[in-house]
Formats: sequence, structure tokens, C-alpha cells
Amino acid sequence: MGKTESCGCVLSNSTELYGKEMATRDAYGITLVDLGKKDSRVVVLDADLSCSTKTAKFAKSFPERFFNMGISEQDMIGTAAGLAFAGMIPFASTFAIFATGRAWEQIRQTVCYSNANVKIVATHGGITVGEDGATHQALEDVALMRVIPEMTVIVPADAYETSQSIYFAANYYGPVYIRLGRAKVPPVMPENYKFQLGKAHIFNLGKDVNIIANGLMVSEALKAAEILNKEGISTGVANFSTVKPLDEEALLKIAKSSRLILTAEEHSIIGGLGSAVSEFIAENYPVTVKRIGIRDSFGCSGPWKELLKFYGLTSENIINTAKKYLKE
Amino acid sequence: MVDIENLKEKARQVRIEIVKMLAQAGSGHTGGSLSSADIVTALFFYKMRHNPEDPKWKDRDRFVLSKGHAAPVLYTALALSGYFDKSLLGSLRKIDSPLQGHPCCKLLSGVEVSTGSLGQGLSVANGMALGLRLAGSPARVYCLLGDGEIQEGQVWEAAMTASHYKIDNICAIIDHNRLQIDGNCSEVMNIEPIEAKFEAFGWNVFTIDGHNMQEIVEALDMAEKIKGKPTVIVANTIKGKGVSIFEGKVQYHGVAPNQEELEIALKELGEDGKN
Repeated sequence: MGKTESCGCVLSNSTELYGKEMATRDAYGITLVDLGKKDSRVVVLDADLSCSTKTAKFAKSFPERFFNMGISEQDMIGTAAGLAFAGMIPFASTFAIFATGRAWEQIRQTVCYSNANVKIVATHGGITVGEDGATHQALEDVALMRVIPEMTVIVPADAYETSQSIYFAANYYGPVYIRLGRAKVPPVMPENYKFQLGKAHIFNLGKDVNIIANGLMVSEALKAAEILNKEGISTGVANFSTVKPLDEEALLKIAKSSRLILTAEEHSIIGGLGSAVSEFIAENYPVTVKRIGIRDSFGCSGPWKELLKFYGLTSENIINTAKKYLKE
Repeated sequence: MVDIENLKEKARQVRIEIVKMLAQAGSGHTGGSLSSADIVTALFFYKMRHNPEDPKWKDRDRFVLSKGHAAPVLYTALALSGYFDKSLLGSLRKIDSPLQGHPCCKLLSGVEVSTGSLGQGLSVANGMALGLRLAGSPARVYCLLGDGEIQEGQVWEAAMTASHYKIDNICAIIDHNRLQIDGNCSEVMNIEPIEAKFEAFGWNVFTIDGHNMQEIVEALDMAEKIKGKPTVIVANTIKGKGVSIFEGKVQYHGVAPNQEELEIALKELGEDGKN
């Protein structure tokens, strides 16, 4: 159900965004305008955060297809579903915690149980929200979305992948959740990369350690792997941007090549990528898995780069964790 | 000319099917299905432009049953319209039946959106109406809400949206039967004055007797002529309407008739129970 590519809008190649250091939300804003030009069925909804989510660009270009819903996330999700039923391709955006938390039941009942063709693209995922603090830092959103049947969950690593995943979502029929960030992230995906739903990108396969990451933790994982490899610990990295459906084939391949698997995500270690990987590994090919992420706590205020250090979302912590658990 | 007598007869048949299917299922929502039977009959057999042969016709009028627990009235209207065979009604609430306890649009043709968790339908109806307007479609959207349901905050978010975006191809109807599971709406959580609330939110409001077919038909016709703002019809109804033992009885909100009650119901509805 809902797995056909039926929308027919022309796929862009996203190449303009290749190699750019940019917040994934900015890549979204740019891509959305392009989508709006290509397909008149693309409509956008926001809940009074369009300047932050970057949907304001679309609003400026296509005011008649932009609906500011005010500060009412539940109504926004329901309205998006209605627009989808009328043949539109709605993108609904706000901060990740409000999109997935405030409107969770609307997403479950009205969107997913109806298989409504709604794209929820949430920004400000994770602690890199920074100074606004715990109330605005979504550390649970991936878990909340992953548990709902029919939902697809994507956490892109950089601007290039974000843009591709947005085009993908527009061309795919069914509910999609895409989690984006506020902070600038370095480019990590290679130029020949092509986003495919449920396909992990294995940068390289390690013989000792393999790091499974998504979002901004992919770049930290790559930094960590470079150092570990230099020190003689064979370390691989894979970008699991699609958290659901999980690339089980790639996971099995990774498990068979690992003494230790590390997962790294800007999210609670409960319910997100680390959980998804652990569930599959435990059931299919048990290997030691250590999860790097927020350890069952709320976030807090602070500059985002310092917050990443404070919560151990760094290449240093990945390296130390790898060494510690390889010894044991 | 509207054949009011014919619609009244249709509503009687709808009520007969409702009590039969509920009795067969052994559970379900009797009161709110019967209270909205006249409204839903007027919509499906008079007002709405729809085609059971082509349920996805893009210019069809849409019906959103926001009070999803009244599923039996929707299923009956769909079956009697010809969306599926009437015999399917007997499968209500059974494993593998497309007739779930609350409507699921993935399983049953003619159901526009899955509902059951209260307060969500008006937002969806707004979205449909906005989408149809963008597409240049003449189609209209009808949304049936319970009166207890408007205790949900999302209803008022949606009420604001409809007014803000001047959505005039939507018509909300409140099945104002004054009862909810725990008792009188006024005692559980007072919702009055409903009309003044919607007026304050910028809606055009009609109040009618929700069991008077002539009034229902006239209100639906007038609603179509109101431009620049959404219309809500507050339909004063009686929970369990049509069967004396259910009327105004809160205990029949979520309880199906037993065999004895079914026989009484069918007798009162003028059905001898032969089929």
C-alpha cells in the first residue's frame, strides 16, 4: 500500500546543493521552491514558524499555495491530510517536537491510518536547537514517528541528501516524516550519491568496528573512523538516513563484518536509530551494539557546538567508546 | 422538487439497517447513529453529488464523519447508495470486515477518511475544501460532528481556520443530541452556547430540528448559497431517535440492542423482521 511512485513531478538532481556546508532546513527551503515551480499540486503548511523552517521562501513564491495555520499543529496536520485527499501534495512544517509531539495522534489516526499522502518535514530536530533549550529540542521525534504503521522516517545527513529526500517524498505516495536541523552541517555525501528509500549508504565497511549514524552524526562518525583507521582499528561508517524502513540487508552485511557496532544519532538512545538497529541485530545476528545519543534525558540551553560536546555527540566520544568496548 | 416523503421513508430504512447491524454485531453506538440518521439520509439521498459507480470521482461532494463512532449510519448510507452490497452490513465489527468499529478509509470504498478519535474531522474537511478550491472544483465538503465532540480543542482551531481562509465550500453539521458517554453534555462539560461560539469564530449559523426533513433540506440548500464564510448547521436531535426505548437514554450511547430490544425497535420502525 502506498508504495507507488505516482506523483509524476520531474525529479531534480539536487546538484546545486552538492558539497555545500548548510543547515538541512535551508536545503529544504530551496528545494521546496523548486518543487513548487515543477508541480502545482505542491502546497505547504506551517504553524507560525515559516521563517525558521524556511518554508517562508515557498510562501513568498507561491502565496496561494501556502497556508499559515497559526500556532495550531493539530489542525495543521488534519488540514494537510484533507489537502492530500483533494489531490494536493502537502508539506507540513514546524519544529520537530511540536510536529511529532503535539500532533502525534493526528498523525497516527488521520494521516497514517488513512494512508494520507502527507509529508511532514520538521526542522529543529535534536539538541542543536541550542539556546532555546529542552522545550524546543526534539530528542524523541524519530521514536514517535517510527512506531506508527505506514510511516516512513528519514533523517538526512547533509544539504545534498536533504534535497534529494524532499524530491523523493514528493514523488512517493504515502506519509513521510523527514527530520531536519537548525545548525549548519558539513557536506558528507559523495557527488554520485542517489537517495533511495530504505537504502543505507555504506561509506566503507570496517572489520572491527562499524558506525551506523544519521543526521549530523554522520560527519562525526566519518571523523572518528579516519582516526581509528589510522590507529589500526578497522572502522567503517554507514549513513542510515532511512530509519524506517530499515535497510536490513545492509545491516546484516555490517553485522557479519563487525566485532562491535556503534550507533550515533542526535536523538534519545531510546526508540530511534540505535533502537532500530539493536532490535534487528538482537533478532538476527547478535553482535555487541553500543548506542551513542542522548541517554534518557532532556536537553538544555547552550551554544549548539558546546551542547554536542556536553552530550557526547562527538567524534571523540565515538573513538573512546569504540576503544573501550573493543577491549572488553 | 424535493420528495420529502421519499427521504423520510429512506431515513426509516436507514434506521432499520442501523439497529439490525448493531444487534448482529452485539456492540456499537446506537444512540448517536440514530440521532444523525435523518441528516445523513438528506446528505446521501438528496444533497450530495456523488457516484457510487465512481467513488473517487474528483468533483464529488465529500462527507467526513468526524463523529466516527456513528459508523453504522455511514455504512448504511453507503450500502443503500450502492457503494457495496447490503449483506456486508452484517459483518460490522467482525475480524477482517471492512466495516470496522470506527470507519477506515483504506478498507471501505466511500469512506473519505478514517475517523473515530474525536475532534479531527473538521480540520480534514477544511483541507479537502481548500484543496478543491485550489483545483477549481465545484465540490462541497460536509462534516458531521457530535456535540460532545466540540469539547475537543482542535475543533476550535479548525473553526478558526475555516473562517480565516473564508472556506465557503464547507458545511459543518452538529448532531446536537445533548448526551455524551458520561451523561448530559451540560453536566460533563458545558458546550453552550454553541451558536454564539461559532458566530464569534466568524461562521454563518443555522439552527434546525435535526429530525425535520424539510428543515434539514432547506438548511443544506441555504448553506450552499452563503459565500465568503463557512456555515454550520446546529441540528437539535434526540439521541436514539426513532425507537422509544433508546430515545434520550445515555446508556445507549455505546451499547447495541439485544434481541428483545431489536424486536421492539423493528416493530416501532414498521419492520416486521421477516428479512
